[in-house]
Amino acid sequence: MLSFILRRLLVAIPTILILIVISFVMMFAAPGGPFNSERPLPPEVMANIEARYGLDQPYLVQIFTYVKNIVLHFDFGPSFRLRDYSVTELIAQGFPVTLTYGFWAFLIAVVLGVALGVLAAIRHNTWVDYLATGSAIGASVLPNFVLAPILVLVFTLWLGWLPGGGWNGGQWQYIILPVIALATTYLAAIARITRSSMLEVMNSNFIRTARAKGLPMRRIILRHALKPAMLPVLSYLGPAFVAMITGSVVIDVFFSTGGIGQYFVNSALNRDYSVIMGVTILVGVLTILFNLVVDILYAWIDPKIRY
Amino acid sequence: MAFHDPTADALQAPARPDKGRSLWTDARRRFFRNKAATVSLIALVLIALFAFFGQFLSPFDGETVDFTLIGVNATQGVPSFETGHYFGTDQEGRDLYARTVQGTRLSLLIGLVGSLVAVVVGTLYGATSGYVGGRTDNAMMRIVDVLMSIPFMFVLILLLVMFGRSLLMLFIGIGLISWLSMARIARGQTLSIKNKEFVEAAVATGVRPLTIILRHIVPNLLGVVIVYATLLIPEMIIYESFISFLGLGVQEPNTSLGALISRGASQLGNGVPWQLGFPLFFFVVMLFAFFFVGDGLRDAIDPKDR
Repeated sequence: MLSFILRRLLVAIPTILILIVISFVMMFAAPGGPFNSERPLPPEVMANIEARYGLDQPYLVQIFTYVKNIVLHFDFGPSFRLRDYSVTELIAQGFPVTLTYGFWAFLIAVVLGVALGVLAAIRHNTWVDYLATGSAIGASVLPNFVLAPILVLVFTLWLGWLPGGGWNGGQWQYIILPVIALATTYLAAIARITRSSMLEVMNSNFIRTARAKGLPMRRIILRHALKPAMLPVLSYLGPAFVAMITGSVVIDVFFSTGGIGQYFVNSALNRDYSVIMGVTILVGVLTILFNLVVDILYAWIDPKIRY
Repeated sequence: MAFHDPTADALQAPARPDKGRSLWTDARRRFFRNKAATVSLIALVLIALFAFFGQFLSPFDGETVDFTLIGVNATQGVPSFETGHYFGTDQEGRDLYARTVQGTRLSLLIGLVGSLVAVVVGTLYGATSGYVGGRTDNAMMRIVDVLMSIPFMFVLILLLVMFGRSLLMLFIGIGLISWLSMARIARGQTLSIKNKEFVEAAVATGVRPLTIILRHIVPNLLGVVIVYATLLIPEMIIYESFISFLGLGVQEPNTSLGALISRGASQLGNGVPWQLGFPLFFFVVMLFAFFFVGDGLRDAIDPKDR
């Protein structure tokens, strides 16, 4: 097991480095630097600015310093636009917000999704099943940027129950709509995957044996069926995590929650390269680490996997 | 023989001697038996007609600004047949019907192009990887794995920011993402095809590997590829709309459904719900239809995978 984890780590580290290098190379290849503006700066001023941000160094030295600072000090360099901030400071401001509603959304999507899927599977071809399957299909064509305006329309403008944006230090009223908007699509997907894999497991021989032994249904489902049925769900969690992190950008922009996504989009509009690169790399590292955890869990649950 | 074997009868019954049924006739029959898929296909044809010819039905184009309507949208820019603004106007006083036609067309195009790139690049990549096998296969699939574990939306936005937000860049970026999962699927299928006798026969008669891949492997992948290409289209449309929703995709005066939804959503509090409603309607119907058609195709072409 330990060697498996180590081997996966050995793959993860180069992936992260590749991501950093790709984004760095793109920055050099891009036409026009971050400090090019409508009114060209005098060359002396330009030289000064470039020296300040270390852009006058040879490319290889720049990449090396960049990677070294990230690895050793978790320092993504200064923001090119917001003069007094470093990228790390901006991330430190936005990340707790994203983490809060992201955590709840992920938890709700997984727990409710699995519960709904299991319910639909054991009540196969009844109204519960049809309702669950139908709403799952409906939710899968409602991406979060469509769902968010609809939610605001209903719960803020018509019913007036919940605030349509803002964060307010993370009060619960402000968290609910972002969480629903972010979680629904993945809840539906998880429910669908759980249902079909649960149906397959419930028809397999060992479940028949368990039923023949006269075990109560609850025990069969919880003890025997759930674990093998979770494998496809587990392998979906990696892509779901990526999609949710991506979706958080929409949530941040639409609800003005002040998470990382808001900085990301603002800096994308301002061409603030260092912030975009910092966020991209951070998100990439998170994703790769998450996939690593999923892989390990997978190997732990499924005894057939060789590691 | 004393007893009668019903299974043998059943096996013989469908084999009508007069007309042979090809795989595709069979698939077509199965597809049209699926009501949701048939209705969705009709809906898609209608939407495509709307997107490419809808502008001829309206006296307005999507770029002319009617200055008398700015600011009085909620009362004057209402959807109506009398004014000719079937879908009302947007906050700049432009005809929303023409804008929706334009947006639907762009979203459709993005979906089709992304899916086409996926089909060409993904199929060739996957088929090559699967057919060559061994260490090459390992390396090629490892690359796909690595690329897949990167959150691509962020890289795509990075790309758009650094190289300018143009339509071409958007097409390139979407194309870059789309082929990955297709490559995996094509490879998996190739692995099972390459051990069939006809491939062996081709190898034995000295056909070059490239020709084997193009002549013998790829045509046999077609069914599965078509199914996943159809399912990829809505995904690509969602990607593009996502980026346009953030204001990073299509730039004015061009527009897409995502951009229209974004603008409509930002006007929610101003009493102009049609600005969100019409683009949203076309978006949702289009996605639903593509999903059902894809699903129907999967059942029709690849029945074992139900």
